[in-house]
Amino acid sequence: MIFTVVKRELLAIFRNPAEVFNPLVFFVLVVSLFPLGISPSETVLQTIAPGVIWVAALLSTLLSMELLFRSDFDDGSLEQMAISPQPLLLLVTGKIFSHWLVSGLPLVMLSPVLSIMLALGVEGIQGMLISLALGTPTLSLLGSIGAGLTVGLKKAGMLIPILILPLYIPVLLLGTSLIQTAAAGGDYNAHILWLAALLALSAGLAPIATTASIRISLSH
Amino acid sequence: MGVRGQRIFRGYFSLFINGYIVNPAPYSAKLCCIVFSGKFNAVWKWFHKLGAPKSFFEMTGLWLPLLGVLTILLLVTGMVWGLVFAPQDYQQGQAFRIMYIHVPASILAQSSYLMMASAGVVFLVWKIKLADVALQCAAPIGASITFLALITGSIWGKPMWGTWWVWDARLTSTLVLLFLFVGVMALRSAMENQATAGRATSILAVVGLVNLPIIKFSVDWWNTLHQPASFSLTEKPAMPAEMYQPLLVMVLGFYVFFFLIWIMRMRLEILRREHRTDWVRRWYAARTQHAI
Repeated sequence: MIFTVVKRELLAIFRNPAEVFNPLVFFVLVVSLFPLGISPSETVLQTIAPGVIWVAALLSTLLSMELLFRSDFDDGSLEQMAISPQPLLLLVTGKIFSHWLVSGLPLVMLSPVLSIMLALGVEGIQGMLISLALGTPTLSLLGSIGAGLTVGLKKAGMLIPILILPLYIPVLLLGTSLIQTAAAGGDYNAHILWLAALLALSAGLAPIATTASIRISLSH
Repeated sequence: MGVRGQRIFRGYFSLFINGYIVNPAPYSAKLCCIVFSGKFNAVWKWFHKLGAPKSFFEMTGLWLPLLGVLTILLLVTGMVWGLVFAPQDYQQGQAFRIMYIHVPASILAQSSYLMMASAGVVFLVWKIKLADVALQCAAPIGASITFLALITGSIWGKPMWGTWWVWDARLTSTLVLLFLFVGVMALRSAMENQATAGRATSILAVVGLVNLPIIKFSVDWWNTLHQPASFSLTEKPAMPAEMYQPLLVMVLGFYVFFFLIWIMRMRLEILRREHRTDWVRRWYAARTQHAI
């Protein structure tokens, strides 16, 4: 059943592709602003690259977060999902997963190109791919809580980052330090395990919190 | 398992299936009856009474003077003792005395988040309205205490570390704590409907509570410069007794102060929410000597 939800979500998203591409364009734009703003020198870029790419990933995920439940809330389908016999938890998990498919996964695939632009070596690029692949699902999962809490509000745009960015800090720290360790040629198994642990924890708990918050937002 | 047991089981099981208890009150009440039968009954009755806004208001009205006196006593004693009589630090000289504000504030900052989030759990599970009042009133106090901890830490850092701010683990996690408090307050003020605002902020507070240890761990592991905690329950403090005794008094004083302000804010909020009820009108009339 979860695949039915994913299929429906993907179909809805691909009928309106601008929503998918805007956060990606934003991601690339933000990353390319840093060399312009700080310095184009390779040594500087190498030091800031992990942080820049991760911060841009956080921001662009949050940018697309508001749309996660918004259109379904506006046309009433979210309410229909909540009262349908299928558990809302599964429907929400499907929505979060499809959100990652269209916002997180493209970031992972784009990151090698950006890493080259920021002068990261081959090892660094490998680390970047692994850290983003493990970290971006956690971002989508945690962000969905904020989206669920604010879905009924008119001015949710600025609120979601305020609520959710503090929760993103562990992912940011672990993700960037994985890339730094990888770029320095170190062993980053511990980072992988920690990122995976965060992913498992948030995959287990975040959908429950999101479901509860959607029910609250619908109870107006 | 009898019929009642099955119903209780199903009631809690739904928490894990739907992620939300549709109506937990009957189940939890029954469970509590089983757990708190017999001699716990009196204790439980007392808590039930405390949970009703009116009796909370009446009871705390009696506590307030006591708490107020205790706060002043503890804070004045601790401050005079710490700032005047405690010996100088052999390394830090007089500058260490800011510890008597900074350490209590830092300890209280974390536990006030814990208390706020516990109120959130109580509100989500048992739907006691007073817990929502408690959560809403704890957030601004907690944020101020966290801010105080940051500011005093920064002032202490300037002479000791030579800089106002370093991205050290404990400073960073205290800063994140401040952000979490601000998030709860921002969500509350963005929602107009009181009932939904209460439940939404409770969820956010609980999510923050789950994340707090993870944030603390990840930041610790990321960067550590700060001296280890001044106090621990299991170890003998490294500083001499003349130094940590006033600190203990200050910590106690900060806690009592927190409870005092918390209860005062809660009483105000209860009056605001219940201003249409009879008992508030009667209370007001009695207080102002006006006829209704």
